[in-house]
Amino acid sequence: MSTVNTRDTTGASDAMGEMVQVCRVDQVPLEGGVAALVGGRAIALFRTWEGNIYATSNYDPWSRASVMSRGIVGTRGDVPFVASPMHKQAFDLRTGRCLDDESVRLTMYDVRVLDGRVWVGGEKSVPEGEST
Amino acid sequence: MTNQRKRLVVIGHGMVGHRFVQAAIERGLTETHDVVVVGEETRPAYDRVALTSFFEVGADALSLLPEGVYDDPRVRLVTGVEVTALDPAAQTVTLADGEVLAYDTAVLATGAAPFVPPVPGHDLPGCFVYRTIDDLEAIRDAAATAKVGAVIGGGLLGLEAANALAQLGLETHVVEMAPRLMAVQIDDAGGSMLRRHIEKLGLTIHAGAMTKGVVEVDGRAGGLQLADRDEPVAADVVVFSAGIRPRDALACIAGLEVAERGGVLVDEQCRTSDPHVFAIGECAAPAGKMYGLVAPGYAMAEVVADALLEGPGTFTGADMSTKLKLMGVDVASFGDAFATTPDSLELVYSDAVAGVYKKLVISDCGTKLLGGILVGDASAYGILRPMAASGLALPDNPEELILPASSGTSVQVGLPDEAVVCSCNNVTKAEITDRVAREDDPCADSACVTACSKAGATCGSCKPLVKKIVEDHFASVGRTIDRSLCEHFSMTRAELFDLVAVHGYTRFDEIVSAHGRGRGCEICKPAIASILASLLNHHVLDDDAVNLQDTNDRYLANIQKNGSYSVVPRIPGGEITPEKLIVIGEVARDHGLYTKITGGQRIDLFGARMEDLPVIWKRLVDAGFESGHAYGKSLRTVKSCVGSTWCRFGVQDSTTMAIDLELRYRGLRSPHKLKGGVSGCARECAEARGKDFGIIATEKGWNLYVGGNGGAVPAHAQLLASDLDDETLVRYIDRFLMYYVRTADRLQRTSTWIDSLEGGLERVREIVVDDALGLGSELEAAMAKHVGGYFDEWKATLDNPEKLARFTSFVNAPDVPDAHITFDTSRDQIVPAESTGPVLLGASIGVGAPAGATP
Repeated sequence: MSTVNTRDTTGASDAMGEMVQVCRVDQVPLEGGVAALVGGRAIALFRTWEGNIYATSNYDPWSRASVMSRGIVGTRGDVPFVASPMHKQAFDLRTGRCLDDESVRLTMYDVRVLDGRVWVGGEKSVPEGEST
Repeated sequence: MTNQRKRLVVIGHGMVGHRFVQAAIERGLTETHDVVVVGEETRPAYDRVALTSFFEVGADALSLLPEGVYDDPRVRLVTGVEVTALDPAAQTVTLADGEVLAYDTAVLATGAAPFVPPVPGHDLPGCFVYRTIDDLEAIRDAAATAKVGAVIGGGLLGLEAANALAQLGLETHVVEMAPRLMAVQIDDAGGSMLRRHIEKLGLTIHAGAMTKGVVEVDGRAGGLQLADRDEPVAADVVVFSAGIRPRDALACIAGLEVAERGGVLVDEQCRTSDPHVFAIGECAAPAGKMYGLVAPGYAMAEVVADALLEGPGTFTGADMSTKLKLMGVDVASFGDAFATTPDSLELVYSDAVAGVYKKLVISDCGTKLLGGILVGDASAYGILRPMAASGLALPDNPEELILPASSGTSVQVGLPDEAVVCSCNNVTKAEITDRVAREDDPCADSACVTACSKAGATCGSCKPLVKKIVEDHFASVGRTIDRSLCEHFSMTRAELFDLVAVHGYTRFDEIVSAHGRGRGCEICKPAIASILASLLNHHVLDDDAVNLQDTNDRYLANIQKNGSYSVVPRIPGGEITPEKLIVIGEVARDHGLYTKITGGQRIDLFGARMEDLPVIWKRLVDAGFESGHAYGKSLRTVKSCVGSTWCRFGVQDSTTMAIDLELRYRGLRSPHKLKGGVSGCARECAEARGKDFGIIATEKGWNLYVGGNGGAVPAHAQLLASDLDDETLVRYIDRFLMYYVRTADRLQRTSTWIDSLEGGLERVREIVVDDALGLGSELEAAMAKHVGGYFDEWKATLDNPEKLARFTSFVNAPDVPDAHITFDTSRDQIVPAESTGPVLLGASIGVGAPAGATP
């Protein structure tokens, strides 16, 4: 379970560049989510079937409520996604991009797994072109 | 606006008068006209076609205007007042109470009156006609002390009346002058087949019999003297139903022209000989002919509304085809049923054992269907009537249209576009095709076509044909109808349900790896969670199931717009003690929750933070409450009235029944939410016919209705079975619900599910009542398993630390509430504050957290 998210996070850390240890990996439900408080912000952590951990803002830009961690996690094609628990809009967990409306995004956070612990850093900017 | 508003006076508030007023409102006539409609009956218009069901459902259910007023202040309805005079010269109408109404336009919709042959004794006490609710009430009162009833007239209405007498428990005789029953609609062979059906039900038919008089016994009707026999037929209730006559007296006296055989003579715009007076419905005689059906009357109503708007509408005759179910027997007659067309041919199928008679009338060249008669099985009516009406070429083997193997829709037919498929609502094949073929917002299936075009929405007889046309269209454009649940499962929910049941799967992973692809989504996961819950009766928060649940099921509460939840404890049947009410009040007060009464007779507590749900529920469970499953696709409530316990009208104990049913089916996970209702009498205060299963008390037991719902597309529940005892009622509901749980699509309510079944409600009846598939005991056993395995999932959650651990705000800060959830106050209660974006905790910690929110 000590998988490290190997996605490139270059230039993704926030100004402080520091990450915080948040919880054990097994505290993030498999194919589910959990909310965490990082730097005063409500963060949603998700774990996919493959074991990848993703961190997004818990804030659902559609319903404007802090609920994303309670969404259902699954796949659309090859894309791992979370559906908003409020009105079911789907978001690509890798980029935060809303699959139903390209102009809407979830804020993404830097995340790493070390020794079975989840660490979360600052806001991650996702290049416009990135969609795979 | 000027003061030039005109006045429209409608004389008569029957079905056609009502339809005209509706059309006047809908089409904007009331923008320029004040409408006064005068009805002589004390009740506003009601469904006279369904008059026989009055004993079963009561007057309220028949009403076409249950509120008693039109939803347009420019329409004034006067009931219980006769119109005594019409003066075309002065343009006034005089009412029995002395009021004189001036009019710019008058519309006669006085209907027809039963014809009572002037035989000796016709006016004795104990003699009745069959036309109004008052007539039926009088018949019912008389039947209470009578043993034998006789109906004079074996036509459509006479048989309806006979059915009513039989329902009232009388030994029933039918006396018909013609040699057969329903002589106007069906031929000798069809008539004798119908007679056999009716005799099997215990009625006695005297065909070819002339009534010479009513025998007087002790100053009352005591029997009928028939021409061909010496002994009179004993009968203490006599109903005359020997035809109807147009009520044209008002017009006659006013000097308007009337037709030779009665009825106010009107032109194609339904205008009488006076240009300011129209006549519609049974009192009118377009081209000298009177129409004794409601559909032509409705058509005339529309034509007059159109004429007043200077539209081009005309009435030039009507399709007199009829299809009805008489005492459980299908009877249909359409087109040239008696083969009056020169040289026409007849094709007959008759099965005396099964009681089925079908006749097609075909043109001499054998290529066109002209008309036909169906008795005992009218399932082919839906396709045959439009075929005859459109003059369509017959298939090569026309006999297949009426042979029993044919459902009437399996034959390849190419209806022309202009063929009227739905005669009730005048929808052509072209309109149906257009609904699915159009670019802009096309319909995806036949149910949607019915909703959008009204094709099949009234009598339903054309629904199979509508479905066939829709499917043919999809096939012609090479589109297969995708019945996949979602991209992960290429099967329907019902198919998936069977797979899970047969293989005994208990986990999503097994199911998706064996029968699906990918890792599921927000569609298939909750659907499978529901299937597993229905089959396993497990806890929806068990490890294998919890992450499949939608957020409501996952937190056993209803999520609200700001991410807080609402809490609904079960209040079975809406009955609650003051002590328990006080507990709910105290819990709401202590946790700062907003309270509101729900439509399902319970109390909803809003504004609970997810992490506070356990402490709130602990108090509720300790006080004896349990989950109300308001969050689940599952049984919600069974609404009830107080029934015979308190109500002076109640005939059964509806509250006890509602509580029993709610406790029986609580926690049952289903394709969509389920609601029930039980009313203690035909007044229907529990609104049971707006529920998925509705029960209405009768003197003899319970009537069971199914397939009702409120919401965006309201549906009235339909009668499934009558006068059931408690045990049979529960057995039928068990079967109905379990069959629905097993075979419905995801998020398909019972109403659309019933429509989607081949055969619709009849199919449900075959399975639930007749047990035609032999599934009854299996369905009952499945329900027994559910009932036996029920536990309160909130109590079980409180008893389980692992499940409780999921109710935390933040995994790394369980004591900190989410600052994003804030409240304002309105009318002394909390309401969600508008969200302006993500909230940083440091800025607003604790602000707006409801009292008692700290864990």
